[in-house]
Amino acid sequence: MRLIKYSEAINEGICEAMNSDKSIICFGLGTTDPKAIFSTTVGLEEKFGSERVFDMPTSENAMTGIAIGASMNGIKAIMTHQRLDFFLLAMDQLVNNAAKAHYMFGGALSIPITIRLIIGRGWGQGPTHSQNLQAWFAHIPGLKVVMPSTPSDAKSLLISSIFDPNPVVFLEHRWLHNSLGDVKKGLIKKKIGECNVLKNGKDITIICMSYLTIEAIKASNYLEVKGISCEVIDLSSIKPIDWDSIFYSVKKTGRILACDTGFTTCSVAGEIIARVSIELFDKLKAKPLRLAMPDVPEPTSFGLTKGFYIGAGDIARKCLAIFDHKTDNESDILPEPVPHDIPGDWFKGPF
Amino acid sequence: MEESIDKKKLLKTMMRIRAVEEKIAKEYSQQKMRCPTHLSIGQEAVPSAISFCINKNDFAVSTHRGHAHYLAKGGDLKAMIAEIYGKETGCSKGKGGSMHLIDTNVGFMGTSAIVGNSIPVGVGLALSCKLKKSDQISVVYLGDGAVEEGVFYESLNFAILKNLRVLFVCENNLYSVYSSLDVRQPKHRKIVSIAKGIGAKAEQCDGNNIEECLKVCTYAISTMRKEGGPFFIEFATYRHREHCGPNFDNDIGYRTLKEFETWKLKDPISNYQNRLLKEGSCSKKDFQYFAKEIDDEIEEAFEFAENSNFPLKSEAFKGVYS
Repeated sequence: MRLIKYSEAINEGICEAMNSDKSIICFGLGTTDPKAIFSTTVGLEEKFGSERVFDMPTSENAMTGIAIGASMNGIKAIMTHQRLDFFLLAMDQLVNNAAKAHYMFGGALSIPITIRLIIGRGWGQGPTHSQNLQAWFAHIPGLKVVMPSTPSDAKSLLISSIFDPNPVVFLEHRWLHNSLGDVKKGLIKKKIGECNVLKNGKDITIICMSYLTIEAIKASNYLEVKGISCEVIDLSSIKPIDWDSIFYSVKKTGRILACDTGFTTCSVAGEIIARVSIELFDKLKAKPLRLAMPDVPEPTSFGLTKGFYIGAGDIARKCLAIFDHKTDNESDILPEPVPHDIPGDWFKGPF
Repeated sequence: MEESIDKKKLLKTMMRIRAVEEKIAKEYSQQKMRCPTHLSIGQEAVPSAISFCINKNDFAVSTHRGHAHYLAKGGDLKAMIAEIYGKETGCSKGKGGSMHLIDTNVGFMGTSAIVGNSIPVGVGLALSCKLKKSDQISVVYLGDGAVEEGVFYESLNFAILKNLRVLFVCENNLYSVYSSLDVRQPKHRKIVSIAKGIGAKAEQCDGNNIEECLKVCTYAISTMRKEGGPFFIEFATYRHREHCGPNFDNDIGYRTLKEFETWKLKDPISNYQNRLLKEGSCSKKDFQYFAKEIDDEIEEAFEFAENSNFPLKSEAFKGVYS
């Protein structure tokens, strides 16, 4: 066992990749500043020099295009934004260029770029520092989208993303940065498009991603005690998505709850429910369920975010309802931690 | 007489681009070239001049109006025509059309249908050259509309910051589709002054006078090769035909016939021909000879495109990922 933090795993992943391939560059606003993007880029400039590791102008759209252009001549770029929301300024380059170039030029080009986007939550992050837009990115043909939830996946998926010949949107949840996990040394890779079956079970399949995986595990432990055996699937990769494993699990359990850190309408969870209903209608023992964030922006106030996020309690209640479990004090099931808006004592703000 | 040979070649480069575009215009109504097509007729001098100052391994990226840039960089003519016809032999295998041309064999790294979209790509290519310690340059073709996009400012800023060898070639033809400069940019501000304001070396040039274009480009490129850093040139130019399609559109009321005729008198090709005749460095016979040679090549390219197959329908579902 070698326990390291998620943020350290990211840093290791970049280091290992850059060590093994001189064509890799790494940039983003804050990459070389004293805080080094939540410590994920710490020490990189010292190791690899300022030609390969650099801070950048606050020009999200152009910098994406610059990464694309460089990639046409053999450079592999890792670009990071401290919040996903800033990257919305770069949709033209991402959607019209990175995602299309290989296809629309008849295979003449490949665009091996990795875009790390960090998703915020709570502690007043509010409407424009907290968006989980994986469904947006997954909607676009030509993009790959990953959302690691463990330190090991963070490192191995990042390395795979960097060496993938396609543009990959790498979504990192800020609340995971301090989580600990066993991470192998060296240049480890994980196949993009493979999920993790974190827990085997027979009664219901719970699908989750990113930070919600932690909540789903908590819920499944509680449900175990209540006699409900949950199979927990951490998607890890949003696009391509591991349909084989999802279908295999739902065939076994006959029930599904798809959870999503994003807004409900047109969510990844919605897509999973649609596909499962189409492909496995006959195998379902209960109506499929979805649990995603409400279709409203995340409010800022400490008061307004109480009970706002979906969590272990919501997941447990949904599952209990399928099995007609009657519980007296439903709202007491796995209550939100106090305070509700931080991932742990380590987080003191501001972002 | 080496100089006169260059002049002939310069003229022929322009004549070839013009003839290709005229042929597309002539055949377009047959409905076989079924994609939006933006012709460069009237704007041939700038890319022709640039093609004389750069090497095959230098890079170029361009816009929706990119035929001339592709051809001047040495892009394969047959593959371009086949692409406009949507054929499997097209440079983008029928997936791109007129607005998505590419020929990586000659460093022509693609055109884009989105205004300003290829600007940062050209800057990224220049960044890759710097990382690889190469003195290749990257040519970014853009129009007067693109300088209104935020990405233009962002890209030029980065090129200056990192001292990248990017030649920004702004072909100011006064219109973004049918919207004139007056409704888009302040009256007394020159585009070149924006580039200077951001901190680039920048020049203005008559885009209808190919020898002047050649002079300015030669200076800009030799400066870039020597000192590094970008250079911005604003060329005054004018498209003779409609924004998109093969026709003239002076009747629809967004520009006056008088304006059109004034610019037509500045036509880069006929003026250069007259000049070469006057100088005695070319004869009318030379022109006819060039035209014949060019026409034969173009006929062959169109025949190639017509005779090529459409891609298999199943190809539509392939090549999304590499």
